[in-house]
Amino acid sequence: MATVTADGISSAPTGASRRAIQVVPLRGLPIVAVIVLGLIVSIAANWRWALMFYHVAGGGLWTGIDLFVGFVIGPILGRLSIPARAEFSAKFMPMMVLIMPTLVVMTLAAGFQLAVVIGNLDPTSVNHGWLVASFVVVGVMATIALGVLEPANVAVLFEMNKPRPDGRVIARLMRRFVYSAGITGAMQVATLLIMTRVATQ
Amino acid sequence: MSAQPSDAMAPEAPSPPVTQLVIGSLALVLIGGILMAARFPDPPLTAPVLLLVGSAVLFASCIVLLTRQPVFAWGVLAQVGRWALLAYVVIAGMIEYSFVHNHATGTPLLVLTLMLVMFSLDVALSIGYSVARFAGPAQR
Repeated sequence: MATVTADGISSAPTGASRRAIQVVPLRGLPIVAVIVLGLIVSIAANWRWALMFYHVAGGGLWTGIDLFVGFVIGPILGRLSIPARAEFSAKFMPMMVLIMPTLVVMTLAAGFQLAVVIGNLDPTSVNHGWLVASFVVVGVMATIALGVLEPANVAVLFEMNKPRPDGRVIARLMRRFVYSAGITGAMQVATLLIMTRVATQ
Repeated sequence: MSAQPSDAMAPEAPSPPVTQLVIGSLALVLIGGILMAARFPDPPLTAPVLLLVGSAVLFASCIVLLTRQPVFAWGVLAQVGRWALLAYVVIAGMIEYSFVHNHATGTPLLVLTLMLVMFSLDVALSIGYSVARFAGPAQR
């Protein structure tokens, strides 16, 4: 994956020369590969401890990051000046491009396998209804994340890599984050309620 | 994947409802996936297949709408979309692997595989279109 240097921005938010933004941080890919390989091995071996680790660690980080970004970082970002917002986003968003899909796949793949191993996926299980509820919650979050947030995230990075980034386009795309933060936040709280219920039944 | 420089800002122009349609397509395929996962290993097939067909129709509608655009950055869509497709094929592969590991076979596996293909195409189009619609004139 190559990147393009963008200099001499006349209508850019920063107005200063900038370094190129790497849309996907290549240095992080080996870490992702190791995590995914570990996940495959854990599923293949039905290794309960590792599955639990992947599911709990991945899910905890996913929920924590979602809530923190939605309700702490997001509002702060909204009050910053456009150049400051652009500067922060240029460093923050590429990391999110790599971190969030990794956490999601960790949580979901390990969670599904764990449900099979423990027996929660069995329709006669007392937890089956709660599990299906969690599938619905994840479905809503996936639709928002993959249909709204991720495309906006990548589009902002591409816009910022242009010689003349359009501040209006960036502002328009970033509004999506604000609108969807409430929904994903509510869904994450629902996930916490469901998962703590499943774990204690 | 690289961002090519453009010479001018993207003009404001009315765009077809591709984003809405692709979100609809994604939602349908996810609902189908939830139905199948909820009843695994004996999932119902009628509803997921209907949802899959609905999802494919919405996806095809997106492509038709895009081909009717007088000017569109197809190169950018292809460039960004193929990298997104690669990433989400890996994710879809993980999900497929989970089901195969748990002895999913026959028609349920076929339906699930087609759903995962649809899922990957939806996400790739969604990301690619979001970038391509704001491409500068030099990229169109």
